[in-house]
Formats: sequence, structure tokens, C-alpha cells
Amino acid sequence: MRILNPTSNHPMEEHNHSHSPHESEDPKGSTRRNFLKNIGLAGVGVATGAAALYSGHIFEAKKEMSGDQKVLLTQDGKLVQVDSLEIKAMEKTGVALHEAEGREGIAGRRWVMVTDLSKCRNARKCISACQDVHQLRPEQYHMNTLQIQDSPATAPFNMPKNCQHCDNPPCVAVCPVDATYKRQDGIVLIDNVRCIGCRFCMAACPYSARIFNWIEPKDAANHVDQDYNVELNVPQKVGTVSKCLFSADRLREGKLPYCVEACPNGVYYFGDENEDAVTNGTTKETVRLSKLLRDNAGYQLLPELGTKPRVYYLPPKNRLFPFEEATEATPEKA
Amino acid sequence: MTMDDNKLTFDKITSDLTHHIRINKGFLIWMGFLTVSLLVCLYAYSLQLSTGLGVAGIRDYVTWGLYLANFVFFVAASLIGMLISAVLGLIGMKWLTPITRIAETIAVAFAAVAGLVIVSDMGRPERLAYVFLYGRPQSPILWDVTVITTYFVLSLLLLFLPMIADMAIIHRKVSTLPSWLKPVYKVLSLNFTDQPEQNKIINRAIRILLILLIPAALSIHTVTSWLFAVTSRAGWDSTVFGPYFVSGAFVAGSAAVIIAMFFFRKNYKLQDYLTDVHFNNMGKVLATVSLVYLYFNINEFLVPGYKLKRADAIHLQELFAGKDALLFWAVQIGGLLLPILFMLFRRFRKPLPIMLISVAVLIAAWFKRYLIVIPTQEHPFLPIQHVPQNFVHYSPTLIEILISIAPFILVLIIITLISKFFPVIPLHETAREKGIDHIKFD
Repeated sequence: MRILNPTSNHPMEEHNHSHSPHESEDPKGSTRRNFLKNIGLAGVGVATGAAALYSGHIFEAKKEMSGDQKVLLTQDGKLVQVDSLEIKAMEKTGVALHEAEGREGIAGRRWVMVTDLSKCRNARKCISACQDVHQLRPEQYHMNTLQIQDSPATAPFNMPKNCQHCDNPPCVAVCPVDATYKRQDGIVLIDNVRCIGCRFCMAACPYSARIFNWIEPKDAANHVDQDYNVELNVPQKVGTVSKCLFSADRLREGKLPYCVEACPNGVYYFGDENEDAVTNGTTKETVRLSKLLRDNAGYQLLPELGTKPRVYYLPPKNRLFPFEEATEATPEKA
Repeated sequence: MTMDDNKLTFDKITSDLTHHIRINKGFLIWMGFLTVSLLVCLYAYSLQLSTGLGVAGIRDYVTWGLYLANFVFFVAASLIGMLISAVLGLIGMKWLTPITRIAETIAVAFAAVAGLVIVSDMGRPERLAYVFLYGRPQSPILWDVTVITTYFVLSLLLLFLPMIADMAIIHRKVSTLPSWLKPVYKVLSLNFTDQPEQNKIINRAIRILLILLIPAALSIHTVTSWLFAVTSRAGWDSTVFGPYFVSGAFVAGSAAVIIAMFFFRKNYKLQDYLTDVHFNNMGKVLATVSLVYLYFNINEFLVPGYKLKRADAIHLQELFAGKDALLFWAVQIGGLLLPILFMLFRRFRKPLPIMLISVAVLIAAWFKRYLIVIPTQEHPFLPIQHVPQNFVHYSPTLIEILISIAPFILVLIIITLISKFFPVIPLHETAREKGIDHIKFD
């Protein structure tokens, strides 16, 4: 404004100087105006020069077309032709491109897991497979096998325990920032780009299914360049909550979850409630979900809490192997 | 009564209630000590910022530790402003006048710091703004943020409004002030000249604030209790948690007010204004709220103890006879039952004994929050297995303890500053009650 209106009695000028009405008579004021005016002119000059250089650069770049056309698939599934010289490596955004998809889930699916307790020998292969892919330390469990004895008269058994992906999830209810959410396919996920680390979800979860990155996650330095994938929750981030994801990334590829595939003993069935079919991760046998649960008296953990888990358990009957006591604590300290 | 008849009296009240308003050596030493201590604690917090919450003893099972116990304690202590000023004030208890500002100062200090305490418990404090950007109104944390902010603003206004007249007096009559401070009082006094219209506006505003303060205060601690009560964990899954927390808050706050009264009376020589009667009455208030709290304690422990549902049984076993038993009984007997018994007798409601009782009550109140927050998490529904020992049993680290001390230092700094630069006892109100209807300003 000041540069465009050099006359000091211009109304705009008056307005600008309302704080110090004497300034317009002050010689210092007028030198400052001149100074600003000069800067303004210099600025216009620089901008014009830059624009000229830039358009020249574009013109030069255009000449460098190779004529070699590549056919590419865009994110929304369209085929496009691009000159090979135009193809550039994508800038790192820090957030996965699948953020929106990761929040919605896979349409038409209702994922469900059945854990057959009569088969679990505490091989802990599910645990290591899960920890490897999710960049977890040995004491950080998305999936943990617990040794349970309900009463002194009943036999102890091994119980793999992961997030129950409840249909009435107490964790999602209490989250203050929508960092943890329930998807249409039944999966409960955590977005560690959003998580503020208040740990209310951990306090609310009756299954102790959630873990926290108390310190810098395992091998964090090796993963700094990795884009965040909300369906895998890697790279893990210090100060945020992590949890079992039902291997949402694998389900998108039409594969079984990591833990389910890793089990050597046929403990896990995984599938789609809508199809009423679950597949055993070891034998790859597909059975009817409703029949499996009915024939084997399937049940849920802590159903009285009304959380409506999506993980079912088959009772630990007819076990043909010895039970080992719970081993205490992995040695590594966090 | 005219001003001239009371000239001496008014001058005496003014000098009695404002003679501490000066920057002296003791004040500087005390503030220096607090500042250095705060810096040490802030260094500990910087370690937590750079390393992660892992520098504290909290882990995946006991995920809320000292910081959250501290938060509950600070919210609790801040509630006293509402009890003293609003509840007792509105039902017309005249003896309260010299105590109201102490109560409001404590309310403002603790409410302001409670907000900071909760930030120290965040894994990602730099994402604090997300609570406002992406806030889900379904989460009790949002309710807590809303009501604590509201309560803090109301309390701050309630501290400020009765001070307007006082600052007009200080600006004109107090000569011990450094010259650079005088204009501050002039600005803050908002040109108050003790006109009837001015007093009418202030009194009406105060009355509206007092009424608004009651639901706001009830909300802050009820909502804070819901952070626990909305979960299904044994020990938290309770329908009396709201009133249980609110009554406990009155106990902690009353004790804090009595301790503050004792020290202001001694250090600022206010024996003529904070008399034995005030300590006696505050002792009765503390005894009454302690009895209410005892009633809720009986409800909170007897009812689940009678049924002994599986998870409740484990929780109560730990509290009554297990790992936490010593602390539990020390808090319940030493911080609740014995104080109630003592306070039934007049001689224990004299200044020194009631102050000592209040110290015991306040310390117990802090440990009570610890017992509410931590033991519940040590026995979840499913067993804790295959994790390191420090995941199974919570023990706070030194860094965590230092970070937990910081808010106490901050509260002391705030209370010290307010009480040093403003009359601890409402000056204008006291003068009015002594029969001085109108103060003539030169």
C-alpha cells in the first residue's frame, strides 16, 4: 500500500499511520518509504527474471523427451502413457497412500478368526512371525500365548491371545483423536501418525491386547525411510500404541494372516463371516464357520463384557501332549 | 458511619493485609529455590522427551502410573474453590470471607497445573493439538479437557473480580511497592472507585460465577473419575466413582486450604484475621467432608467385597492383605479414620494440630490416588505372562519421580506469586464487613 501511494496525505496512508500521526512529517519516514519502494522494484525485477529463467528451463526440458513411452497403472486403476524421462521417483510423504483405504477396510468382508485350543502346543511360531513382520521386540506381543488354568480341578492349556477385534470395541470408544478405529470388514486398527500416546485404549481393553512403544522401536534407524503403512503399522513409532491388525495388509492381497500361516499345529482358522467359511492356516482346509463353532462348542473370551469379539475359541479338549508351565519373562529388558 | 470515623481502622486493615506485598529477600530466596528445583525436574522431562515414556516405570500392563495419579490429585485439590466459595459462600457463611481467596488461589493453581500434568503423560506431547483438530466428542478425554478449561477460566475470574477493588486500594495506598509495579495494579483495577454501581456489577458477576462454578467443578472430577469408570476393569468398574472422587476431592482440598491458612497466618502475620475460629470451622468442614468420603469408601469396598466376583476378589485381596495392603491401610486409617476421630474434639481443631492433621490427610490423599490408579492395572482379566519382570510389577523410576514433583513446584510458584503480589485476604470485603461502607479515593 505504501509503495503504491507515495503521497503522504492519501487516506490509505493516514490509516496506515494511525498509531503515530507525526510520522508523515518525519524525514526518516520518507526515507523509509523510498527504501521500501526500492525493495519493491527490486522484487518485481527478480520475479520477472526468475519467471524467464524458469520458462526457459521448461522449454529446454521439453526438448529432452526421449519418445520412449511407458504404460503405467495409476492409483485409481487407469492405464496411462508417460514418456520415460517424465517418470520420477515419488517424493516420500511419510504417510502411506493407502491411508484412506486403510481406514475403510475391504468392502463386503467380515473377517473372523477361530483358535482351536486343543491343538496349541505353545510352539510360539505365530508370535515370532508376527514380531518379525511388525518390527516388534521380543517382549512386544500383538499375539501372545498364555498358559491358563481356569480352576484347580480343570486341566491347564495354552491360549493364543491377540486383539479380539471386538464389534463393540471399548478401545475405539475412548480414543480422543480417532487414532484407533473400527473398519467395515471388522478389523480394529491403530493409526500411529494420529496417535497422541494417551494410552486410554490400553486402559480400556479388557484383553490387554495393546502394546506401547515406550522407547525407540526395534531397529528404528533401519526403517526411517519406510513409508508408513497403516495396515501393517510399520514403521512402529516411539510414543504410540501398537496392536494386532489381523494382518490387514495380507488380507488385501487375499492371503491368510502371518500368524495363521506360521502355525505348525493347525491351531488357527481364518476367514469371512459373510461367506460362513474359514480356512485352516496349516492344512489349508476350508470349513463352514457355523458348523465348526457348533460342533466344537466354540466360545468367545469374556463375553459377559459385551465387547462382541471377532475371535472365537474352540475348547481345549482331547489334548495329546504335555503341558508346560508358563515361562517367566523374556530376558531382554525394555 | 462515615469514612473519617473509620480512617484509622481502614488504614490499619489496609496495612495489615498488604504489608507482605513487597519484594524482600525471603521471597527471592524461596523463588530461587523453587526455580532451581523446577529446572532439575525439567531436565528430567527433557530426558523423557528425547527418549520416550520408557524412562518412566510404566509399561504395557501398568500403563498409567504416577503421572495419572498426580493428575487425579491435582484435579481433586482444585475442587476446593467450589466448595468454599460457591457452596458454603452461597448459603451465606460469613466467617468464610478471609478464606475465600486462599481457596480460589489453590483452585486456580492446581487446575492450571493439572492440564500440564496430563501432557507429561502423553507419548506424543507434540500432537497435543490433535485433541482439538481431530477430537472425538465420544471420548471422556474431550469432556475432561472441556470442563477443566471451563473450571480454570471460571476460577480465574472468581479470583480476579473480588481483587479489582483491592488493587485500586493497593495502587493508591501501598507504598512498599516498587515503582514499576504500580501501573500494573492501576491497569488491573479497571478504574475502580468504589461507586455503588461498580460494586453492584462486580457482586452480580461474582454471584453468576459462583452458581456456574458448582456444575463446572462437579463435572471436572466426575469426568476425571469416568476416565476409569468407563472401563470394565475390576476396581474401576464402579457406579459410585463420580461422587467417590468428588467427596475425596473436598477432603484433599480442605486439607490444602488449612495448610495454606496456617502458613499465611504465620508468615504474613494475619493472626487477627485468620483466627482460631477459622481453623476450628475449617476443621469441622474437613471432618464433615471426610465423613462423606468415608461413606463412599464403605460403598466402594464393601459392596464388591461382599460378592467377590473373580476379578474384584483378586483386586480386593491385593489391597486388603496383599502387596498394597500396608499402603492401603495406612491411607484409610491414617488419612481418614484417625483424622475424623481427632477432629471430633475441639482441641485438635486448633491451628497447629489441625494443620498437622491436614498434612497427614493431604499426603494420604495423594497415595489414595496412587491406590486407585495403579493396583487395578496390575491384575487385568487375562494373566500377564512372558514379559520382563518390570512389566509385571510397577515401580516408578527416579526420572519419573522428578517429573512428578515438577507440578508441585509449579503450584507452589503460582501460589507464592499470587499471595505475594495480592492480599491473601480480600481487603475490600473485609473492610466492608468491618463497617466501612465507602472508601474515599483521593
